[in-house]
Amino acid sequence: MSTRPSLADLAVGDVVGTRTVELDRAALVRYAGASGDLNPIHWDESFATEVGLPGVIAHGMLTMGSVVNVVADWAGDPGAVVEYQTRFTRPVPVPPRGAAAVEVTATVGAIDADAGTVRVDLAVTHEGAKVLGRAQAVVRL
Amino acid sequence: MANADFAGREYPATAPYSVGREKIREFASAVGATHPAHHDLVAARGVGYPDLVAPPTFAVVIAQRAEAQYVTDPEADVDFSRVVHADEKFVHHRPIVAGDELVTVLHVDSVTHRAGIAMVTTRCEVFAEQPDGAREHVSTVTSTLAVRGEDS
Repeated sequence: MSTRPSLADLAVGDVVGTRTVELDRAALVRYAGASGDLNPIHWDESFATEVGLPGVIAHGMLTMGSVVNVVADWAGDPGAVVEYQTRFTRPVPVPPRGAAAVEVTATVGAIDADAGTVRVDLAVTHEGAKVLGRAQAVVRL
Repeated sequence: MANADFAGREYPATAPYSVGREKIREFASAVGATHPAHHDLVAARGVGYPDLVAPPTFAVVIAQRAEAQYVTDPEADVDFSRVVHADEKFVHHRPIVAGDELVTVLHVDSVTHRAGIAMVTTRCEVFAEQPDGAREHVSTVTSTLAVRGEDS
Protein backbone atom coordinates (compact mmCIF):
# COMPACT_ATOMS: atom_id res chain seq x y z
CA MET A 1 0.00 0.00 0.00
CA SER A 2 2.95 2.31 0.57
CA THR A 3 4.31 2.05 -2.99
CA ARG A 4 2.30 4.19 -5.37
CA PRO A 5 2.11 3.06 -9.00
CA SER A 6 3.79 5.26 -11.57
CA LEU A 7 2.15 6.31 -14.82
CA ALA A 8 5.33 5.57 -16.77
CA ASP A 9 5.27 1.92 -15.69
CA LEU A 10 1.71 1.32 -16.92
CA ALA A 11 0.39 0.08 -20.26
CA VAL A 12 -3.16 -0.24 -21.54
CA GLY A 13 -4.35 -3.77 -20.83
CA ASP A 14 -2.33 -4.21 -17.63
CA VAL A 15 -4.36 -5.97 -14.94
CA VAL A 16 -3.87 -3.93 -11.76
CA GLY A 17 -5.89 -6.16 -9.47
CA THR A 18 -8.48 -8.90 -9.08
CA ARG A 19 -10.72 -9.59 -6.12
CA THR A 20 -13.73 -11.60 -5.02
CA VAL A 21 -16.28 -9.62 -2.97
CA GLU A 22 -18.61 -11.74 -0.82
CA LEU A 23 -22.00 -10.14 -0.13
CA ASP A 24 -24.30 -11.69 2.47
CA ARG A 25 -27.57 -10.47 3.99
CA ALA A 26 -25.73 -8.88 6.92
CA ALA A 27 -23.66 -6.86 4.45
CA LEU A 28 -26.87 -5.59 2.84
CA VAL A 29 -28.36 -4.57 6.19
CA ARG A 30 -25.10 -2.89 7.18
CA TYR A 31 -25.01 -0.95 3.90
CA ALA A 32 -28.69 0.00 4.23
CA GLY A 33 -27.94 1.53 7.62
CA ALA A 34 -24.70 3.20 6.63
CA SER A 35 -26.08 4.69 3.41
CA GLY A 36 -29.65 5.47 4.48
CA ASP A 37 -31.03 3.47 1.53
CA LEU A 38 -33.83 1.54 3.23
CA ASN A 39 -35.53 0.20 0.08
CA PRO A 40 -37.06 -3.14 1.24
CA ILE A 41 -35.96 -4.97 -1.94
CA HIS A 42 -32.58 -5.21 -0.18
CA TRP A 43 -33.83 -6.90 2.99
CA ASP A 44 -37.46 -8.09 2.65
CA GLU A 45 -37.79 -11.31 0.60
CA SER A 46 -41.57 -11.15 0.23
CA PHE A 47 -41.48 -7.50 -0.89
CA ALA A 48 -38.71 -8.26 -3.40
CA THR A 49 -40.59 -11.17 -4.98
CA GLU A 50 -43.86 -9.17 -5.06
CA VAL A 51 -42.19 -6.53 -7.25
CA GLY A 52 -40.90 -9.21 -9.60
CA LEU A 53 -37.34 -9.74 -8.39
CA PRO A 54 -35.83 -13.21 -7.90
CA GLY A 55 -35.46 -12.38 -4.19
CA VAL A 56 -33.50 -9.93 -2.07
CA ILE A 57 -30.87 -8.19 -4.22
CA ALA A 58 -27.76 -6.21 -3.30
CA HIS A 59 -27.88 -2.42 -3.52
CA GLY A 60 -26.29 -1.48 -6.85
CA MET A 61 -24.42 1.18 -4.89
CA LEU A 62 -23.06 -1.50 -2.52
CA THR A 63 -21.65 -3.45 -5.46
CA MET A 64 -20.31 -0.24 -6.99
CA GLY A 65 -18.81 0.88 -3.69
CA SER A 66 -17.25 -2.51 -2.91
CA VAL A 67 -15.56 -3.27 -6.21
CA VAL A 68 -13.70 0.06 -6.39
CA ASN A 69 -11.61 -0.88 -3.35
CA VAL A 70 -9.29 -2.89 -5.58
CA VAL A 71 -8.53 0.35 -7.45
CA ALA A 72 -8.13 2.50 -4.32
CA ASP A 73 -5.80 -0.07 -2.73
CA TRP A 74 -3.72 -0.34 -5.91
CA ALA A 75 -3.47 3.47 -6.10
CA GLY A 76 -2.42 3.58 -2.44
CA ASP A 77 -4.79 6.51 -1.87
CA PRO A 78 -8.60 6.30 -2.03
CA GLY A 79 -8.72 10.06 -2.67
CA ALA A 80 -6.86 9.52 -5.94
CA VAL A 81 -10.09 8.21 -7.51
CA VAL A 82 -11.26 11.45 -9.13
CA GLU A 83 -14.05 9.97 -11.25
CA TYR A 84 -16.05 6.77 -10.97
CA GLN A 85 -19.06 5.68 -12.96
CA THR A 86 -21.08 2.62 -13.84
CA ARG A 87 -24.29 1.26 -15.29
CA PHE A 88 -26.28 -1.25 -13.30
CA THR A 89 -26.94 -3.97 -15.85
CA ARG A 90 -28.04 -6.95 -13.74
CA PRO A 91 -29.10 -7.41 -10.10
CA VAL A 92 -27.03 -9.52 -7.68
CA PRO A 93 -29.41 -11.82 -5.73
CA VAL A 94 -28.20 -12.48 -2.18
CA PRO A 95 -29.33 -15.76 -0.55
CA PRO A 96 -30.71 -15.88 3.03
CA ARG A 97 -27.74 -18.07 4.06
CA GLY A 98 -24.24 -17.91 2.67
CA ALA A 99 -23.12 -15.17 0.30
CA ALA A 100 -23.16 -14.03 -3.31
CA ALA A 101 -19.68 -13.86 -4.84
CA VAL A 102 -18.90 -10.87 -7.07
CA GLU A 103 -15.72 -11.17 -9.14
CA VAL A 104 -13.75 -8.05 -10.06
CA THR A 105 -10.91 -7.61 -12.54
CA ALA A 106 -9.39 -4.12 -12.86
CA THR A 107 -7.53 -3.34 -16.09
CA VAL A 108 -5.82 -0.20 -17.38
CA GLY A 109 -8.18 1.13 -20.07
CA ALA A 110 -6.51 4.42 -20.99
CA ILE A 111 -3.60 6.59 -19.91
CA ASP A 112 -3.63 10.39 -20.08
CA ALA A 113 -0.03 11.44 -19.49
CA ASP A 114 -0.85 15.18 -19.76
CA ALA A 115 -3.54 15.00 -17.11
CA GLY A 116 -1.54 12.52 -15.02
CA THR A 117 -4.50 10.15 -14.89
CA VAL A 118 -5.22 6.56 -15.74
CA ARG A 119 -8.64 5.10 -16.49
CA VAL A 120 -9.12 1.74 -14.85
CA ASP A 121 -11.89 -0.43 -16.30
CA LEU A 122 -13.64 -2.83 -13.96
CA ALA A 123 -15.07 -6.12 -15.21
CA VAL A 124 -17.60 -7.14 -12.57
CA THR A 125 -19.46 -10.46 -12.73
CA HIS A 126 -21.67 -12.68 -10.60
CA GLU A 127 -21.98 -16.36 -11.56
CA GLY A 128 -20.34 -15.55 -14.88
CA ALA A 129 -22.76 -12.77 -15.87
CA LYS A 130 -21.80 -9.09 -16.03
CA VAL A 131 -23.53 -7.06 -13.29
CA LEU A 132 -21.95 -3.64 -13.90
CA GLY A 133 -21.57 -2.10 -17.34
CA ARG A 134 -18.92 0.38 -18.37
CA ALA A 135 -17.56 0.57 -14.81
CA GLN A 136 -14.67 2.99 -15.01
CA ALA A 137 -12.56 4.75 -12.41
CA VAL A 138 -10.24 7.62 -13.30
CA VAL A 139 -7.24 7.71 -10.95
CA ARG A 140 -4.82 10.58 -10.55
CA LEU A 141 -1.27 9.29 -10.04
CA MET B 1 -45.33 8.60 -14.65
CA ALA B 2 -42.43 11.01 -14.10
CA ASN B 3 -43.69 14.51 -14.81
CA ALA B 4 -41.63 15.94 -17.69
CA ASP B 5 -42.28 19.49 -16.42
CA PHE B 6 -39.60 18.89 -13.79
CA ALA B 7 -36.79 18.72 -16.37
CA GLY B 8 -34.44 21.66 -15.92
CA ARG B 9 -35.56 22.33 -12.36
CA GLU B 10 -32.95 23.49 -9.84
CA TYR B 11 -33.54 23.26 -6.09
CA PRO B 12 -32.24 25.60 -3.40
CA ALA B 13 -29.10 24.45 -1.59
CA THR B 14 -29.76 21.90 1.17
CA ALA B 15 -28.99 22.45 4.83
CA PRO B 16 -25.36 21.52 5.56
CA TYR B 17 -24.44 17.84 6.01
CA SER B 18 -21.66 17.53 8.60
CA VAL B 19 -19.22 14.80 7.58
CA GLY B 20 -18.23 12.92 10.75
CA ARG B 21 -15.30 10.59 11.34
CA GLU B 22 -17.46 7.76 12.62
CA LYS B 23 -19.77 8.11 9.59
CA ILE B 24 -16.78 7.75 7.27
CA ARG B 25 -15.58 4.71 9.22
CA GLU B 26 -19.08 3.20 9.20
CA PHE B 27 -19.60 3.73 5.48
CA ALA B 28 -16.08 2.49 4.65
CA SER B 29 -16.70 -0.68 6.68
CA ALA B 30 -20.05 -1.19 4.95
CA VAL B 31 -18.39 -1.22 1.50
CA GLY B 32 -15.35 -3.20 2.71
CA ALA B 33 -12.96 -0.26 2.25
CA THR B 34 -10.09 -1.21 4.54
CA HIS B 35 -7.60 1.45 3.42
CA PRO B 36 -6.28 3.05 6.65
CA ALA B 37 -6.92 6.59 5.34
CA HIS B 38 -10.65 5.94 6.02
CA HIS B 39 -10.11 4.72 9.56
CA ASP B 40 -6.92 6.09 11.07
CA LEU B 41 -6.21 9.80 11.44
CA VAL B 42 -2.43 9.40 11.39
CA ALA B 43 -2.64 7.33 8.20
CA ALA B 44 -4.99 9.87 6.55
CA ARG B 45 -2.63 12.72 7.39
CA GLY B 46 0.25 10.59 6.11
CA VAL B 47 -1.44 10.45 2.69
CA GLY B 48 -1.84 14.25 2.84
CA TYR B 49 -5.40 14.78 4.08
CA PRO B 50 -6.42 17.04 6.97
CA ASP B 51 -8.73 14.31 8.36
CA LEU B 52 -10.23 10.90 7.51
CA VAL B 53 -10.95 10.68 3.77
CA ALA B 54 -14.30 9.38 2.49
CA PRO B 55 -14.51 6.40 0.09
CA PRO B 56 -15.16 7.26 -3.60
CA THR B 57 -18.92 6.50 -3.39
CA PHE B 58 -19.59 8.14 0.00
CA ALA B 59 -21.11 11.19 -1.72
CA VAL B 60 -24.15 9.03 -2.55
CA VAL B 61 -25.25 9.43 1.09
CA ILE B 62 -25.43 13.18 0.58
CA ALA B 63 -26.80 12.99 -2.96
CA GLN B 64 -29.67 10.65 -2.06
CA ARG B 65 -30.80 13.03 0.68
CA ALA B 66 -30.85 15.87 -1.83
CA GLU B 67 -32.61 13.75 -4.47
CA ALA B 68 -35.38 13.00 -1.96
CA GLN B 69 -36.60 16.60 -2.44
CA TYR B 70 -37.52 15.60 -5.99
CA VAL B 71 -38.47 11.91 -5.85
CA THR B 72 -40.77 12.29 -2.82
CA ASP B 73 -42.64 15.22 -4.37
CA PRO B 74 -46.06 13.85 -5.43
CA GLU B 75 -46.10 16.35 -8.31
CA ALA B 76 -42.92 14.74 -9.71
CA ASP B 77 -44.86 11.45 -10.06
CA VAL B 78 -41.88 9.13 -9.52
CA ASP B 79 -43.26 5.85 -8.12
CA PHE B 80 -40.32 4.57 -6.09
CA SER B 81 -41.64 1.00 -6.01
CA ARG B 82 -41.17 0.99 -9.81
CA VAL B 83 -37.73 2.57 -9.85
CA VAL B 84 -34.56 0.81 -10.95
CA HIS B 85 -31.19 2.51 -10.56
CA ALA B 86 -29.78 2.69 -14.11
CA ASP B 87 -26.46 4.46 -13.68
CA GLU B 88 -24.35 6.56 -11.38
CA LYS B 89 -21.35 8.81 -11.84
CA PHE B 90 -19.12 10.62 -9.35
CA VAL B 91 -16.72 13.39 -10.23
CA HIS B 92 -14.59 14.51 -7.29
CA HIS B 93 -13.04 17.95 -7.58
CA ARG B 94 -11.37 17.10 -4.28
CA PRO B 95 -11.93 14.20 -1.86
CA ILE B 96 -14.54 14.59 0.89
CA VAL B 97 -12.93 14.60 4.35
CA ALA B 98 -14.27 14.49 7.90
CA GLY B 99 -15.11 17.96 9.11
CA ASP B 100 -16.58 19.07 5.79
CA GLU B 101 -19.88 20.94 5.96
CA LEU B 102 -21.50 20.03 2.64
CA VAL B 103 -24.44 21.71 0.95
CA THR B 104 -25.98 20.29 -2.20
CA VAL B 105 -27.76 21.90 -5.11
CA LEU B 106 -30.01 19.40 -6.88
CA HIS B 107 -30.72 19.68 -10.60
CA VAL B 108 -33.21 17.58 -12.56
CA ASP B 109 -31.30 17.39 -15.84
CA SER B 110 -33.77 15.36 -17.88
CA VAL B 111 -37.03 13.43 -17.79
CA THR B 112 -37.69 11.37 -20.91
CA HIS B 113 -40.29 8.77 -21.81
CA ARG B 114 -39.69 5.87 -24.16
CA ALA B 115 -41.45 2.54 -24.63
CA GLY B 116 -43.31 2.65 -21.31
CA ILE B 117 -40.22 3.57 -19.30
CA ALA B 118 -39.33 6.99 -17.93
CA MET B 119 -35.65 7.86 -17.58
CA VAL B 120 -34.87 10.53 -14.99
CA THR B 121 -31.42 12.05 -14.62
CA THR B 122 -30.54 14.12 -11.57
CA ARG B 123 -27.29 15.95 -10.82
CA CYS B 124 -26.13 16.93 -7.36
CA GLU B 125 -23.52 19.65 -7.11
CA VAL B 126 -21.90 19.30 -3.69
CA PHE B 127 -20.08 22.24 -2.12
CA ALA B 128 -18.08 22.61 1.10
CA GLU B 129 -19.15 25.66 3.06
CA GLN B 130 -16.27 27.61 4.54
CA PRO B 131 -16.57 29.50 7.84
CA ASP B 132 -16.51 32.77 5.86
CA GLY B 133 -19.51 31.61 3.81
CA ALA B 134 -17.52 30.86 0.65
CA ARG B 135 -18.35 27.63 -1.20
CA GLU B 136 -15.78 25.20 -2.58
CA HIS B 137 -17.00 22.81 -5.27
CA VAL B 138 -16.29 19.28 -4.00
CA SER B 139 -18.25 16.70 -6.00
CA THR B 140 -20.72 16.22 -8.83
CA VAL B 141 -22.99 13.17 -8.51
CA THR B 142 -25.09 12.23 -11.54
CA SER B 143 -27.74 9.56 -11.17
CA THR B 144 -30.16 8.05 -13.68
CA LEU B 145 -33.29 6.20 -12.58
CA ALA B 146 -35.52 4.09 -14.80
CA VAL B 147 -39.20 4.19 -13.80
CA ARG B 148 -41.31 1.36 -15.20
CA GLY B 149 -44.83 2.23 -16.28
CA GLU B 150 -47.93 0.53 -14.90
CA ASP B 151 -48.05 -1.91 -17.82
CA SER B 152 -44.36 -2.86 -18.05
